[in-house]
Amino acid sequence: MASDAKHLEITLETQVESVNLAEELCLRVAEAAGFGEDDCYRIGMSVREGVINAFHYGNEERPDKKIHLAVDLTADKMIIHVLDEGAGFLLSDVPDPLAEENLLSTSGRGIFLMRAFMDEFDVISGKTGGAEIVMSKKLPAPGSASRNGQGGQGAKPQQEA
Amino acid sequence: MSLHATHRDAGQVTVVDLSGRIVLGDGSALLRKTIRGLLEDQRKLILLNLADVDYIDSSGIGELVSGFTAVKNQSGDLKLLHLTKKVRDLLQITKLYTVFDVFTDESTALRSFR
Repeated sequence: MASDAKHLEITLETQVESVNLAEELCLRVAEAAGFGEDDCYRIGMSVREGVINAFHYGNEERPDKKIHLAVDLTADKMIIHVLDEGAGFLLSDVPDPLAEENLLSTSGRGIFLMRAFMDEFDVISGKTGGAEIVMSKKLPAPGSASRNGQGGQGAKPQQEA
Repeated sequence: MSLHATHRDAGQVTVVDLSGRIVLGDGSALLRKTIRGLLEDQRKLILLNLADVDYIDSSGIGELVSGFTAVKNQSGDLKLLHLTKKVRDLLQITKLYTVFDVFTDESTALRSFR
């Protein structure tokens, strides 16, 4: 990792409020990194969906389990990790929400949205044995239309571990 | 911003004016409670006005689908009005834009229930 890379991590309780907290935290990092409004929306939504997945499916809403959120800001991208303490899952087992038979399903769109909104997305087996979502978004080029003009690649996240 | 919901009658149709975010937690719960309450009152023709809803997550989408199914199961209809760009885009990428009847004009939407 480059020397100017920044790392932030936080352990969240398995509760609904953690979803908003994670979203707000990552939005601040994304804004400081120079992402524009649309990309911030996509990043915020993806973080929400990742933490909802950990809260509901991974940790099965059990308050004795934790959700581990980490954000890395490198020279060229923002990388987000969401790790739960559940049993893990295989991406290949996740039903396609766009399939005709799943269109009226009331759940199962979170993974799809993260894939759609981020540049890279994967689910690996985490160190806790649970699922670890790893997703990233390329930083906007300096001067690009998607850059918000506030902060920049060298902008510091508000919290650093 | 939490979700707020008020409803008004327009003939046989109930227009539900929503504002805020339909997300996991109170937002989704309020939408569910509102639709279930209308069904209990035999108000089965529902138009959700989403003009002031600028954010929906997967839980909110699930609640919209759940409400749609619940209303349809009682031989009613649930339609959407005034989608913001973000919500419209979200319904398009999830292919739900083809499931819901979506309107940009309230009077046209109300006439469509007849």
